[in-house]
Amino acid sequence: MDKSLLQRQASSMRRALFDQGYLDEQFIELEDLQDDSNPNFVEEIVTLFYKESARTVYNIEQALMSRPLDFTKLEEYMHKFKGSSSSIGAKKVKNECTKFSEYCDAENTDGCVRTFQQIKQEYSTLKNKLETYFQVAREAAQT
Amino acid sequence: MDNGFSSPRRDAFPAGLRVLVVDDDPTWLRILEKMLKKCSYEVTTCCLAREALNLLRERKDGYDIVISDVNMPDMDGFKLLEHVGLEMDLPVIMMSVDGETSRVMKGVQHGACDYLLKPIRMKELRNIWQHVFRKRIHEAREFESLDGFEGILLMRNGSDQSDDGNLFALEDMTSIKKRKDVDNKHDDREYGDPSSTKKARVVWSVDLHQKFVKAVNQIGFDKVGPKKILDLMNVPWLTRENVASHLQKYRLYLSRLQKENDQKSSSCGVKLSDLPSKDPPGSVGFQNLINRQQNDVKLDVFKFSEGTVQPQNVDPKSHDSDLKVISESTSEKRRALTNKIPDKKIRRSSEMGVNHSHIPSESEANRQVFGCTISTQYPWSEVPEMQLKQENKSFLHLEDSFSQLPLHGTQHHIQVNQSQSISSNHSISEGEIAGCIETKPLYADDKSDYTSSGSSTGRAIDAFSVQPKSHGQSLEPIHNTNCIPDPEFHQRNVLLGDEVASAPLDEDLHLYWLEGECYNMNLGLQMSEYYDPALISETPFHLYDSADYSVVDQGLFIA
Repeated sequence: MDKSLLQRQASSMRRALFDQGYLDEQFIELEDLQDDSNPNFVEEIVTLFYKESARTVYNIEQALMSRPLDFTKLEEYMHKFKGSSSSIGAKKVKNECTKFSEYCDAENTDGCVRTFQQIKQEYSTLKNKLETYFQVAREAAQT
Repeated sequence: MDNGFSSPRRDAFPAGLRVLVVDDDPTWLRILEKMLKKCSYEVTTCCLAREALNLLRERKDGYDIVISDVNMPDMDGFKLLEHVGLEMDLPVIMMSVDGETSRVMKGVQHGACDYLLKPIRMKELRNIWQHVFRKRIHEAREFESLDGFEGILLMRNGSDQSDDGNLFALEDMTSIKKRKDVDNKHDDREYGDPSSTKKARVVWSVDLHQKFVKAVNQIGFDKVGPKKILDLMNVPWLTRENVASHLQKYRLYLSRLQKENDQKSSSCGVKLSDLPSKDPPGSVGFQNLINRQQNDVKLDVFKFSEGTVQPQNVDPKSHDSDLKVISESTSEKRRALTNKIPDKKIRRSSEMGVNHSHIPSESEANRQVFGCTISTQYPWSEVPEMQLKQENKSFLHLEDSFSQLPLHGTQHHIQVNQSQSISSNHSISEGEIAGCIETKPLYADDKSDYTSSGSSTGRAIDAFSVQPKSHGQSLEPIHNTNCIPDPEFHQRNVLLGDEVASAPLDEDLHLYWLEGECYNMNLGLQMSEYYDPALISETPFHLYDSADYSVVDQGLFIA
């Protein structure tokens, strides 16, 4: 009884993440890679992503403080960050990244700064949601 | 041929394909590793381009294909691509989150055999074996022409005794070829010692190549010949065959440069049909190109590894022994060769005499074949010529025939390929392919909706333990050179542009002796398809078995 409740909970959380546009098909690709030899694969990848990308986020933040902005550098960082975000299927984050790149091309300082705030927002929102989801999923699996 | 490296040949191709993944993003590296393992490939990962090159150099025969991200911190991915193509001649797949046409085009120009966009799906990785396969087919074709050449050389004493100023005298070759064809009727099954000896590959470093070019210029491009060059170069371990094949490449390279200059074409590759007609381009043109090239600082572009077999039991320093070996080998080859397509061979060899850029009209069909394929692993400059490369290789291998003793695999491969009919290989390869397909559940297209199998929720989640071996299959241990980059590390290792590329190359003089290289892989490949389209359809190739020559044996037993 408990088990099925938890499982249903996990399922609907997962569903919501997709429905609300936080995740895309790449996440499913990761889920498909999960198997007995790597039962926590998805969670590991997500953890790895957040750990590694933190550095890039920091770099971008720093770069955004200087004036004038070094758009080339920003573009570089963003390219890397976007690539990483695509790895876990972070859909909203990726979309904001695209916007950021466009502002970079246009050399729009304000646009870049604003968009990056959005990126950080989405980035941490997703993190929280995924953490919660994984926790529930784990519990569901254990019972 | 188990050389101690991971040798995937036990599995049915493409299972066990040895992939080297290069990406500075650890998340992607992990994902790709997992995906490739799911494809039953053997995966090695690394996060730096330099490291990748080191790995590749350490194990010349250790990998079948390289997948690399375009944006690497220590070296431009395109540069890495070039190096891999030049030195190791492996197919390289590029990846990037950026799918802009210009980038993709650049990738292709630099020799990438494919360009994947991130996020990468599993199904895209499943098919990467085709690039390896394609390469082997092409190499098999080159070997076929090699036959003709060695026969010619044999007839001409195939040795340094004569002044081989021009190894490719048209008339000689035609007549010689005819004679050879007669001799080649035997389907000789013995190859001496075909199994264990591997081919060594000479890598032409910048220094070596510069010596070469200097020698060529000294002699005068018109009068140049491998022996003269070799004497001038004064490199003891280099053989005349090495020089001959390098010379061939060089000529083709120059011819291509010339054409590029003429045509101002920015697309990749010069179509074979565009190559000059029968008359050899003026050697003056070549001379100019040579001069230009000498002034070209980026000679590293011209570095390539030569598919030269260095017979193990022949002292490379001794030309005499080479000669002896050569005559032995060639005579044996003569016996061994079954030439099914004498006319084509003659034609092929006649090409040689015409500055290598003449494509006989008969190979129209073959041009088609060339034109269709994509595998470009031979970046001579920024614009690799796939077709030319194939021509290169064919010529190259023609010259390499000298160094390929009957004791070694290469010639045997050729012979096997030639003499084989399709049957045994057919069944083998099909079986293998079928077998390997079955082993993998397909993950590809069943996720149109968000409801996955609920796998994540349903599993018992214990303490997670990474198992390098794929559970279901007995794969070889995975070589994992994961390194998590950090900024400091990157900064220490950031080298600028060419320095990165050239430094290691200069340091190690490139005496990489490749063992059992790609030529061996051509076992079982039906080379006659190159000439005879009719045969193509019947020939699924025996895909992988270069390591052991059992395929050869199998092929040999065809009636």
